[in-house]
Amino acid sequence: MTQMFSIENVSVAYGKVEAVRNVSLSVEQGQIVTVIGPNGAGKTTLLMAAIGLLKSTGRMIFQGADLARIDVEGRVERGLCLVPEKRELFADMSVADNLLLGTYSLRDRSTTRKSLDDVFDRFPRLKERSKQAAGTLSGGERQMLALGRALMAKPKLLVLDEPSLGLAPLIVREIFRTIASLRSLGVSVLLVEQNARAALETADYGYVLETGEIIQSGPADTLIHDPKLIAAYLGGH
Amino acid sequence: MTADIAAILAIDGIATGAVYALVAIGTVLIFTVTRVIFIPFGDIAAFTALTLAALDARQLPGTVGLVVVLACMASAMEVVSLARAGELRAVPKAVLGYLVLPLIVVGIVWLTMRFNPPMPVRIVLALLLIMPISPLLDRIVFRPIADASVLLLLTVSVALHFALVGLGLLFFGPEGVRTEPLTSMAMEIAGVHVSGQTILILAAALVFSGLLFLFFDFTLVGKALRATALNRTGARLMGIRPARAGTIAYLLGSLMAGVSGILIAPVNTIFYDSGFLLGLKAFVGAIVGGMASYPGAALGAFGVGIIESFASFESSTLKDVIVFSLLIPVLLWRSLASQHSEEEVEE
Repeated sequence: MTQMFSIENVSVAYGKVEAVRNVSLSVEQGQIVTVIGPNGAGKTTLLMAAIGLLKSTGRMIFQGADLARIDVEGRVERGLCLVPEKRELFADMSVADNLLLGTYSLRDRSTTRKSLDDVFDRFPRLKERSKQAAGTLSGGERQMLALGRALMAKPKLLVLDEPSLGLAPLIVREIFRTIASLRSLGVSVLLVEQNARAALETADYGYVLETGEIIQSGPADTLIHDPKLIAAYLGGH
Repeated sequence: MTADIAAILAIDGIATGAVYALVAIGTVLIFTVTRVIFIPFGDIAAFTALTLAALDARQLPGTVGLVVVLACMASAMEVVSLARAGELRAVPKAVLGYLVLPLIVVGIVWLTMRFNPPMPVRIVLALLLIMPISPLLDRIVFRPIADASVLLLLTVSVALHFALVGLGLLFFGPEGVRTEPLTSMAMEIAGVHVSGQTILILAAALVFSGLLFLFFDFTLVGKALRATALNRTGARLMGIRPARAGTIAYLLGSLMAGVSGILIAPVNTIFYDSGFLLGLKAFVGAIVGGMASYPGAALGAFGVGIIESFASFESSTLKDVIVFSLLIPVLLWRSLASQHSEEEVEE
């Protein structure tokens, strides 16, 4: 397997407070990797640094290219796409327009029609509401739209920040099914979640982030049976 | 006041309002995309009129010098900041955009002027010459402070207006100009005399705002501008660069301001400093629309035009006082009725 994305000794500080310390992790081609950890562990901070919205020290390599001098938009053009925790939709614009804007970073837009049909096949709810303003959607539909919009950009690595946050259990299951199905599209995924069990069930590999540091890592099916983790995050038996 | 006079004043006011509406729409466009309240828009309109007058007189307009100076400054700044960031590979593209393109425009104007072009061509040339100015000013003045607060950006914008008035005096001189009438046609509508110029102003306002809406609704770049206005972070995550969206917004806004300048030039004598009141009144119109709504801004601008028309009939010396006093109740109403915007909460 070839390396898609690697983070080496990355630290992120807000002023003098280091929110992320010396974190290293890597995502292989076609792999789903998850970072789990409690609230405030620095998970979102780490992702914001990965996409370039926050300054960081250390090295980040995406498909062989050093990201140090590449801005957010440049990373998006290379296929590194973030679906942020706040979704960041264009509330007053229609669902269809939100999806179309997903293709903005692509050089070749001849496949826009097909991508749009693919997203509508995946999330039929979005098709029903394609003319509606994004701001009128329910929480679950918003997450679907945020995911669909990111897929329109044909990402090579999709970075997902808390995709299940605030959603009803039924929709959470649907979202995770969608994430798992991305494997067949050849899209790699870096998934940050508080819902550790669902994340580890979906992922191939996992890292545990606590107070800004990686304290444990391993294949997801090993982590999910780790007694310490079960006690801390997975709700003991 | 008789009904006849009222009708004449109303028509006059609508025509003035249409001119303000073009500038107001440009103001809202720039503000929503870049958060800059671009006070110098009125100056851009006045400079367009002065440019067209110079072209009419078969002279090379002062705008040429202004564009060349600004293009040199902007490209020098861009090259230095790229060199500092160690991105020398991006230098040729920056020089092309900030220096070569404006110079090509200047070259086209210079070449075309040798063939004594007819009026419509001269208008296009004047608009072409005026359009690079605000994007270049954006690069020079606003890009280095793009993350500053709205208030700081506004303060800088006011300062920029005064600087531009100075540059206007330098490049255009102190003489006032009035351009050739665009049409001598006139007609009677329901017994009221309506000049062709008035009809032309209304038609131009409708066509240009209509084109802008088509651009917003049917092109990906137009949608990207709206997206940047709605949610900056979201737009960046789609690969939309705010700086680039800003440049496009400035180009379009300048076009609107330029068109308004060409429309008022045959009916008003324009000096290098005539733009301020035009820009300010358009700004009042834009405020009525909450600085966010295009139809609101257009309606506000028409309101300003009509009030100004009636006010100048009652007392021509106090007309500006009356127009700007009316802003106070509007501001009160807006601050009491409207929700605070997202950004105000953040700050």
